[in-house]
Amino acid sequence: MILALVEHADGAVDTTSLEALTLARGLGDPLEAVVVGAPGGLAETLGAFGVTRLHRIVHERLEEYAPEAWAQGVLEVVESRAPGALLAGGTDRGHELLAHVGSRLGAAVAASCVAVEPDGDVFRVTRQRWGGSLLEEAVLAGQTKLLTLAPHVVAAEPVADATFPELLDVTPSLGDEHFRARVTRREEGAAGVVRLDQARVVVGGGRGVGSAEGFAVLEELAELLGGAVAGSRVVTNLGWRPHTDQVGQTGARIAPDLYIACGVSGAIQHMVGCKSAKRILAINKDEHAPIVAHADYAVIGDIHEVLPALVAELRR
Amino acid sequence: MNVLVCIKRVPETGARITLTPDEQEIDTSYLPFTISPHEECAVEEALRLAGSHGGTTTVLTLGAAAAVEQLQNAMAMGIGSAVLLETDGREWSAEATAGAIADAVRGQPEGFDLLLFGNEAADTGDYQVAVRVAVSLGLPCVTGVKRLELEEGRAVARREAGGGFEVFELPLPAVVSVKEGINLPRYPSLQGRLRAKKAPIQRLTPDPRASGLEKVRLLRAPERGRRAEILGSGADAAPRVAGVLRELGLVAS
Ligand SMILES: Cc1cc2nc3c(=O)[nH]c(=O)nc-3n(C[C@H](O)[C@H](O)[C@H](O)COP(=O)(O)OP(=O)(O)OC[C@H]3O[C@@H](n4cnc5c(N)ncnc54)[C@H](O)[C@@H]3O)c2cc1C
Ligand SMILES: Nc1ncnc2c1ncn2[C@@H]1O[C@H](COP(=O)(O)O)[C@@H](O)[C@H]1O
Repeated sequence: MILALVEHADGAVDTTSLEALTLARGLGDPLEAVVVGAPGGLAETLGAFGVTRLHRIVHERLEEYAPEAWAQGVLEVVESRAPGALLAGGTDRGHELLAHVGSRLGAAVAASCVAVEPDGDVFRVTRQRWGGSLLEEAVLAGQTKLLTLAPHVVAAEPVADATFPELLDVTPSLGDEHFRARVTRREEGAAGVVRLDQARVVVGGGRGVGSAEGFAVLEELAELLGGAVAGSRVVTNLGWRPHTDQVGQTGARIAPDLYIACGVSGAIQHMVGCKSAKRILAINKDEHAPIVAHADYAVIGDIHEVLPALVAELRR
Repeated sequence: MNVLVCIKRVPETGARITLTPDEQEIDTSYLPFTISPHEECAVEEALRLAGSHGGTTTVLTLGAAAAVEQLQNAMAMGIGSAVLLETDGREWSAEATAGAIADAVRGQPEGFDLLLFGNEAADTGDYQVAVRVAVSLGLPCVTGVKRLELEEGRAVARREAGGGFEVFELPLPAVVSVKEGINLPRYPSLQGRLRAKKAPIQRLTPDPRASGLEKVRLLRAPERGRRAEILGSGADAAPRVAGVLRELGLVAS
């Protein structure tokens, strides 16, 4: 039996969890899922992705997220069902909960997997390292193999013969010690801003922009294209842009139709953040800059000349 | 307010990564070394918190003797003391690393109120050492923190979620892993560098332990190898660029 940890927001299943279910189906039979809470509609969606049995962790104190309490719930399902594997999406919570479960079981966790092959008692996994610029082939052993799936690698696909899963409610034994760390409230983000990870066009600036003020023309171009402004780590480190604008290994992962990289060299840690862009246009004064080798289009020149000319051209 | 911060020495790769012939490591022959940006922020956060609440700061790393360089860099930024858990430089698993860090923490006479980590190490990307240390020491833990405040025996930690934040509360002592963006790390001062060179480093030799995850080999991820269409140079390229933007349907024609 394979068990998948499913995340949802008020019953809408996370895409990463659906991707994990899709991968999990190839690892063994049957596929069961575990969720915290029991919102309506969820079981049907999970059935469509091949889940035959759904373990719902229900407890009056589990309204809000508390890592140790949620992990305790998952652990109790793992202990009673002894699955061959427990999978989660490679999200903040997915990584956090599997780390707790792994730690409690004394088991390894293979993080950010992109492919998994069962091989006798073990799994042969391929996983992302270095933020996705390198892959590692590894062997994962253990009674219950724990792994997270890197987001956006496996396309979520429903099964042809969906069935409605059997529902099983579990009430874990929780005490105050499980609620030491817990979410006490939420703060909404600013409305009306184009989110970087959802923008159709991203105009990114690097050291070549030269100053915080230098971003004015990038802002202008982004506005003309209905897009968002981003930056490299150099730019956020110098305080020219806030860190929320950073693209790369330790920043945002973007997937726009077009990424316009202005005065960005194309370091590997930057490229892992924009490799899902459909197209890349590089504007750089150095034709040998690595970004040019990763781009679909390039303009060789000084951005302080190219960008104002482009903005003027688009305004004509 | 005694703070421990855990960092890891990693090669600073350029635009392209070269692997060793046995495909077990990155070829570091010509590379400088650094720590993850998340961990730089953890160091800054330790300094910031100790600065406003008083108390000591300690930096710890598990790695080869050469990792003294990263400990000294942290001390040059202002960290008070350093611990090296010295290994032969081979890669340690998350379980083994966390086990050794937890043992070292138990062995420190003063104890710590806060243990800071990076959300994930730059090289392994295991996302788990902080949690494993917390579980082993019986401490509460939150990962991926973008804002941290301390008040009367507890920590308030914000983590990004769906465009906003979820706000965690947890009692001290606690383990927190942070993400870049929580602060803007300071640069080391010249004075700091001189002091760091002379500061003693506590050295311990941890014992490795087995892991259920065994590396077979590393390989390079497939890249976007493209041949860029050069649209021109300088301001003269503007009309062609605008043409491409129109073709892509990104501007009204
Ligand atoms: C573990 C780790 C994680 C990292 N995470 C990230 C991350 O998330 N995001 C990230 O971006 N980086 C990250 N980095 C840093 C990364 O390695 C690079 O240092 C950084 O991306 C370089 O930024 P840059 O391209 O702006 O600057 P540079 O590399 O200095 O490049 C500047 C470019 O601008 C060009 N240029 C200069 N002036 C002009 C001009 N007037 N007109 C046109 N072109 C001009 C130059 O030819 C050059 O190509 C990370 C590093 C490490 C070690
Ligand atoms: N060898 C190490 N020495 C000290 N701290 C480490 C080491 N490995 C990992 N850590 C800490 O644990 C965090 C998470 O690492 P990981 O779980 O490997 O992604 C890192 O950002 C560091 O703060």
